[in-house]
Formats: sequence, C-alpha cells, structure tokens
Amino acid sequence: MRQALAASLPRPTLYLAAAALVLLLAAPFMVGRYTLSILILVLYAAYLGQAWNVMMGFAGLLSIGHALYVGLGAYAAAALFVHFGVPPLLGLFPGIALAAAAGAVIGWLGFRFRIAGVYFALLTIAFAEVARIGFDHIDWLGGSGGLFIPVAAEKRLDLLDLRGGIEMYYYLILALAAAALLLSAGLLRSRLGYYWLAIREDEEAARSLGINLFRARIAAVLISAAMTALAGTFNAFYNSNLFPEHIFSIGSSIDIILAPIVGGLGTLMGPIVGAFILAPLGQLLLSLTTALGLDLPGLELVIHGLLLVVIIRALPGGLWPWLKHRLGLAASAKGAPS
Amino acid sequence: MSAAILTVEGVSKHFRGLQAVSAVSFEVARGEIVALIGPNGAGKTTLFNVVAGVYPPDEGDVRLEGRSIAGLPPDAVCRAGIARTFQLVRPFTRLNVEDNVVVGALAAERGMAAARARAEVVLRRLELWQKRHHLAESLPLPDRKCLELARALATGARLLLLDETMAGLRPTEVDRMVALLGELNRASGLTVLLIEHVMRAVMALAGRIVVLHHGVRIAEGPPSQVVRHPEVLKSYLGEEAV
Repeated sequence: MRQALAASLPRPTLYLAAAALVLLLAAPFMVGRYTLSILILVLYAAYLGQAWNVMMGFAGLLSIGHALYVGLGAYAAAALFVHFGVPPLLGLFPGIALAAAAGAVIGWLGFRFRIAGVYFALLTIAFAEVARIGFDHIDWLGGSGGLFIPVAAEKRLDLLDLRGGIEMYYYLILALAAAALLLSAGLLRSRLGYYWLAIREDEEAARSLGINLFRARIAAVLISAAMTALAGTFNAFYNSNLFPEHIFSIGSSIDIILAPIVGGLGTLMGPIVGAFILAPLGQLLLSLTTALGLDLPGLELVIHGLLLVVIIRALPGGLWPWLKHRLGLAASAKGAPS
Repeated sequence: MSAAILTVEGVSKHFRGLQAVSAVSFEVARGEIVALIGPNGAGKTTLFNVVAGVYPPDEGDVRLEGRSIAGLPPDAVCRAGIARTFQLVRPFTRLNVEDNVVVGALAAERGMAAARARAEVVLRRLELWQKRHHLAESLPLPDRKCLELARALATGARLLLLDETMAGLRPTEVDRMVALLGELNRASGLTVLLIEHVMRAVMALAGRIVVLHHGVRIAEGPPSQVVRHPEVLKSYLGEEAV
C-alpha cells in the first residue's frame, strides 16, 4: 500500500503529506476542544469524500444517496449496542454488510437495466429516501424520535465500546481518513482501479478490451458502500444520537459529495483538500455573521452556497489540480486526471 | 478449413426495416490480412460489430478457431482473442498513453507488473514510448490511432479488427501505418481483418479482399482480381478507378 501511494504521488506531495500528518497527530496537544471538534468534522468529511470518490471519481458512477450507507452503518452498530450490548467494534461489521447488500441491490438494478447517469443518481436518492421514511416507523430503532446511545463519563477511555473523550474520536477519524487515502491510492494502482478509470473514460472501449462492466461497477459500489458504512458507525457513537430525518436526508448525501467535487473529482487529495476548505467554512461563516451582529437566520448558508458556486465556476476541475499546478507538484501525476 | 482463425457463416443483421448485412460468409486464415471494402452503408461496420460482440447476429454463426462466439458480449469476445479499434478513435482521453495501453495489457496478464512490462514492449514497438506520460487527449490524430492499435495489440489478441485505421491520415502517415502493420503481420504472425477505404493501404497490405454492397458479399479474392471484378467497379471503385 505504501509503495502504491509513493508511486502515485510525486515526491514533494509526499513531504507535504508527511508534514500535514505530523501536524494532525500533534493537534490535540496544540488546540482547544472547539477546534478539535471542527477538525473531526473535516476528517469525517475527508473520509466520506474518499469513499464516495471511489464510485464517482474513479468509476464514474454518480451517487446522491450515500446517506443511506452512512445510516445503515450507524443504525446497525447503534442498535446492536443499545439492545444487546454488542460493542461497536463488532457491530460495525453487520453495518458494513448491510450497506454492501443495499449497494448490491442498487447496483444490480442500475447496471442490469442500464440505468445510467442522472437516472442512476435518482435511483440512489430513491433508496435513501425510502430508508429515511421507513426508519421513521421502526419503533425498535426509536422511530422518528431518534435512537440514543448512553453517554459515558468523559474521562473513561473504552475503545471497544467507542466511549471516551474527544481526543479518542479525533485519533479514530484521523486513522480512518489516512487509511481511506491509502486504500484509494492502492485501488488506483490495481487492476480494478485501471478498469474503473477505463470505464469512466469510455465504457464501450473498456468493454472491447475485455473488461466486464457489471462486475467492475458492482465492485466500486460495494467498496464505496462498505467504506461509507464505517463512517456511519463512527458518526453514531461520536454524536450518541441518530435521527432518520437527519442521517438519511438528501442534505446529508449532498454534504458527502461536496468536498470531493470542490477538491477535485477522481484525485486522491481532492476529498481531503475539499474537506479542509468546506467543513471549517460553514463554522467560520456562522461565527462571523454572529460576531457582526447580522441576525438573519440562514445568512451563513446563503454565503456558503454563493462561495461554492464561485469555487466550482472558477475551478471546474477542483481545487487540488489547480493547487498542485500552482505548487509545481504536477510533474508526474498519474492515474488520476490532471 | 482448419487453418481458419475466423469463420463468418451466413451472418445476417437487420435494424428495424433495414437489412444491414444479409447472409455474409467468409473466412480469415491464421496469419492472413483480409480487407473488407465497400461503399458507405454497405454493412462493413455492422459486420465488424457482430464479430466483436456489439450485436448478436440475427442469423448465422461467427467462430473463432472453430468455437462459436456469436452472441457473446464484447468483453468475452476480447477475452476469447479478438481485439478491435474504432472507426472514430476512442482512447481513454484523461489517462496517459502508458495507462491506456496497460488497460489493454491487463486482458493478457495476471499481475500489474507484468501488464506494465507488456505495455512497455508494445509502446516501444509502436514508437509511443517517448510519449508515455502524455495524456491521450493531447495527442494528434495519427498518434491516437497508433495508441488504439497499441491498446488492442496489448490484449494479446490473435485476431485484430481494424476499423478504418487509415482514415484521416496523410499519405506519409498511411505509409508508416502500412509498414507497421505489415511488419507486425510478418514478425508475429498477427492476423488482421480491416475495413478500409484507402485503397493504397488495402492493395499494399491485404492478401485477400471481401467486398460488401448493400449488406451482401459481391466479390472475394486476391486484390488484383477483385479490383477488376465488374460488380466491384460498378458499385464501389468506379469505372475509371483502375
């Protein structure tokens, strides 16, 4: 894996990444709780962006229903913990299996019946919406009233049950984000990664070179859904509460896809760069509008949206390819589009 | 008969009311270069697409080394040993030249390292190695055509289907491509079925020509005979052509 990453990233990028990693590892000793909570949001978005990027960025499959996989991963682990005391380190596996199964159904329907492009995206939305409405009515999971995980004492560190202080969650999501980056880098250099890029670029040409489109695409959905479900388990135990209205919402799905789009679709660093720009931006605008005494509810969201439009208009390829070029790192970019 | 690598037997294909190909039969022997010619709309590309698995034939059979491949999807046809290029080139535009060919090489090799090594051999052979880091979209047309050929060759196919590889090339580029294909054919015994309008290339390369007109095979034989065939002159080459 490390070799794969080294091969797919130019040397200066590697040094930058190493420096960033050291800073991130030291962060809990340098910043306060509030900043740390924002960094958790950033890394969570980076992780999810990486997972979504496997489908859209690599295989060219647009999903606007990734909230479904987050929710399934979250509810499976949370329900097993609340009702049976199953530790989330075990409960995450049924979550992953459930999300992968849902992905397989969506993928099978989409690829078997050749539902492509925006119609495929609609299919993914439909499944997430069905889950949102359906989970509202499952009393065993708390229904629309929500499912709550008992909050333990802050000082206690319990990795098995994922109960502990904010530092534990921080290091956990940092490890997940780093692992997702390594996994994506490895995938890009693998046979499957080449298949995905080929299909994304031209499916007919890919087919003529012996690539089984159905299998390669299903693999992309399964891997992406499984990765996403893991974030769901993290989400449930970090926030200690779950509401179908929130976790399965289209808004949640869109939050997932913004970071990789703004950062650069199909690139390894795009989801990370995008997350570092977007996640703090919302918080920053919120505190800015409050500080300026602008008492207009939702104003920060409007500005947020306008900024997104400006970024996407100005840099349609995403921030990372532009940054890379600016920093002179573009020399040996391979695999990902530049 | 046993020398035939490709057997097309009574193949018909129609779209709605249009009979694109009617009961066409021919064979391609191992190591042979066969050209498929005919006016626009004669059904050449449709026939290609039937062989490549894009469409199943309505009637008839297509056999590769005696094994029926009719109705197999394109990826299975490729794995069986037939690779193709497209009339309008379809390189993977946002991948570099090397990665384009690696995708093809993966059809022949198990590991990534072996696929890269295989791609390198093909790229050097086709004089694209210097440009391996260029994005495919940045290449001029002759190089893109060459890249498609490289990608198809890298699959390790025993039969290559080339759909108008010479179209849009300047005469010197045509000569280069002809020399390259001839060399590949002689050196590695590569079998080629090509659709071609550039008669210079057809005459230089093809050992045999099959002529289609309105979906029907109207002539077949060595180039010197086919170009004198009265039907061919009337329908395709024109009376004054030869």
